[in-house]
Amino acid sequence: MAFQILLNSLIAFIWMFLQNSYTASSFVVGYVLGLFIIFALRRFFHRRFYLYNVIAVIKLLLIFIKELILSNLSVLKVIISPKLNMKPGIFSLETTLEKDWEITLLANLITLTPGTLVIDVSDDNKTLFIHAMDLDDVEQARQDIRESFEKAIKEVSR
Amino acid sequence: MIVISKILIGYLILQGAILSLISSIGILRLPDVYTRNHAASKAATLGVISIMLGVFLYFWLIEGHVNTQVLLGIVFVFLTAPVAGHLISRAAYHTNTPLWKNSVQDELKQAKKGK
Repeated sequence: MAFQILLNSLIAFIWMFLQNSYTASSFVVGYVLGLFIIFALRRFFHRRFYLYNVIAVIKLLLIFIKELILSNLSVLKVIISPKLNMKPGIFSLETTLEKDWEITLLANLITLTPGTLVIDVSDDNKTLFIHAMDLDDVEQARQDIRESFEKAIKEVSR
Repeated sequence: MIVISKILIGYLILQGAILSLISSIGILRLPDVYTRNHAASKAATLGVISIMLGVFLYFWLIEGHVNTQVLLGIVFVFLTAPVAGHLISRAAYHTNTPLWKNSVQDELKQAKKGK
């Protein structure tokens, strides 16, 4: 992905030199032209066309913000409610992510999700131990994490 | 336009202040380290972020001055607050701080025993 972005900027610079006009707007024009060129030549790269990754990153950012707001609402509900009748506890979650930065991102996302907080990552990086505010629906939470977060992170690193 | 932005800014700053207040109530009220950490690391994060967003919008829309340092501050808080929450609760767990008595299960203990 980084290689394609570098190549795209290089094409934009070459476009600027061809035009002999060194302004931001000619850089942008060259960048858009480079996007078309790279899209046309996408079968020569090992990885897919990098605009898909950019879209995946933006999606992940939106998920981050949405989860932050939802988690705040759920924590507020627990704090404000007159009786403390939640059932906290620690559950484990197997993850299929492999690289370190992916696991860090997943842990950050889980910490910002409604009612969950990562306590430890096992030594072999395969299991996350998560403290949950309310354990009634652990299976549901596991399912949600797998469905939404892991998928979104995998989409970014593909 | 000015009126709308003033309402928005006022709402953001009030929301941030109320969230911070509620998270501090949560720190007083909740029973153990881990549940308190939930309140501290989440509600306080969104509270601080909305106050900073309100400040940014105030100086941008009313005073006509764009301050990117506030935006960077938002990004830093957003990235570091969950890590801080994770590290505090991890340190608490590994120094054998007990869970609340009503806690239901503890799978990390089984995993540690198995080692």
